[in-house]
Amino acid sequence: MARKILEEYMNRKYDADIKPKPALNMIKDKTAIVGIGETKFTRGSGRDEMDMACEAIKKAADDAGIKLEDIDGLETFTLDRTAMPFIVSTLGLKNLRFASEVSFGGGAACAVTLHAAAIVATGVAKNVVCYRSLNESSGHKFGRGDGYAKYMLTAPTPHYGYTFPMGFCTPLSWAGAWGRRWMHEFNVSYEQIGWWAVVLREYANKNPLALFHNKPMTHEDYMNVQMIVEPLRLFDCCVDTDGACAHIVTTAERAKDLKQKPVYILGAGQSAPIEQEIQTVYNRPTIAGLFETWYAAHEAYRVAGVEGKDIDVAELYDPYSLGGIMSLEECDFCERGDAGNFIEGGDNIRVDGKMPTNTSGGLLSEAYIHGFNLVNEGVRQLRGTSYNQVKDPELCMVTAGPGVPSSAMVLRN
Amino acid sequence: MVEYVPGIPILKPYIDADNKAYWDAVKEEKFVVQQCNKCKNYYQPPRPMCPECLTLDTMEFVPSTGKGEVYSYIIYTTDKMAYPAMKIPYAVMVVEMEEGVRITANNAPDIDTDEIYIGMPVEVTFAKIDDDLTLYQFKKRKS
Repeated sequence: MARKILEEYMNRKYDADIKPKPALNMIKDKTAIVGIGETKFTRGSGRDEMDMACEAIKKAADDAGIKLEDIDGLETFTLDRTAMPFIVSTLGLKNLRFASEVSFGGGAACAVTLHAAAIVATGVAKNVVCYRSLNESSGHKFGRGDGYAKYMLTAPTPHYGYTFPMGFCTPLSWAGAWGRRWMHEFNVSYEQIGWWAVVLREYANKNPLALFHNKPMTHEDYMNVQMIVEPLRLFDCCVDTDGACAHIVTTAERAKDLKQKPVYILGAGQSAPIEQEIQTVYNRPTIAGLFETWYAAHEAYRVAGVEGKDIDVAELYDPYSLGGIMSLEECDFCERGDAGNFIEGGDNIRVDGKMPTNTSGGLLSEAYIHGFNLVNEGVRQLRGTSYNQVKDPELCMVTAGPGVPSSAMVLRN
Repeated sequence: MVEYVPGIPILKPYIDADNKAYWDAVKEEKFVVQQCNKCKNYYQPPRPMCPECLTLDTMEFVPSTGKGEVYSYIIYTTDKMAYPAMKIPYAVMVVEMEEGVRITANNAPDIDTDEIYIGMPVEVTFAKIDDDLTLYQFKKRKS
């Protein structure tokens, strides 16, 4: 099994044994994102996560042009700390007939949309809202050793017992270990990876929603900033954010009558291919790559009937720079091992480059809402309303957290 | 070299039926790895079933040579992302053992964080952290 998966991954030939035919896929082209909403992103909201979730959901409903009582499905992360029943009563969702949560942190970022789409496509509910609210800056910090560790060393994640006692208990450090191996195998330099943070900051500087709006940062600034966990610097880290995002999924049929131009879900998939842990994936055949991102992306491509070269704009989950950079390879935007060269100088990922990427500033420079802000930016790109608008994009690739059971989707306008 | 901050508890291994023998061995300063006695593949972390043979009764713990090479590593250079009970700088090495499995552990007192490199030969040693907890670490290896 390990050998087969390694060959498939290394040879870049997606060949799953069980492949439901795309023609039978009931979400492909038949479901759409019709409304998006977000709160202000801050580093100290002074609000409850509940409160922010309700605001984001209300804004998404207003954006779609539907009444709150038309929302009959709720979808979020298992890590979300809002009280779902209280959201129902606060927003008056009297028609609720579906509610669910997806596990594995950021890896669920596209899975929530996939699950919502499956629910509307099969007629279980009509309008499902996906939401995520967190006070990562002022409240519970998933990214920090004490906060995360206390919360996570439980029966569903027994593998943390092999890393936490060694003081190895933060996402940035886990990523640093696979990132360093990738840099080592492909001779990638610190100078090269710095361009990811620099270009994303350029995007954020033009995006008034972004936490780092009007806060320029040069490549020299990047090189001079302190290491946090070698090989990763401060500017390689996502920005701890307080805020909430929501998006509404319905059928393509219903979407036609709503306020916004629908953004259709062309393909989506989840993955947890081999020796899957929650980021501590060191017993894979290689850690110089992101298996789950490659598998999720290629399942999304397979269902969508497209390839990496067909994508016009990408919103890649980057909880730390290397997660986004390595995802460029896994989504076939460049060859395996070539992402360092691909981003050098930054032009390839700028708005008029080969693959405009993370055009809102991404998780590094717009906000870290566990990937939900990437979905909203993907929708804006396909509507033509981004602050860093790519010229007439048809297809947008969105990915979810790397190193964990993950997900990806292809959106089209 | 790992130094601890007094008064802050170290997080303990999560012990279940599948890995109890592994941690019991560590307490006795023995390093074992799990092996399927049918296909002879080694596995980490320990699990109830061999994913190749799909057998529930072939998994056993066998002594490891304790030898390996650094496959990757990280160094905590600030306390921002480090565990509060440990003083910076400290390293975590991902070591590929001779059996093929990869083990994560801290640097032993004989290795400074700036000496570590990918491919560095290392071997298992043990550190008694407190009355309840013994951990393996990696020290330099000559052969």
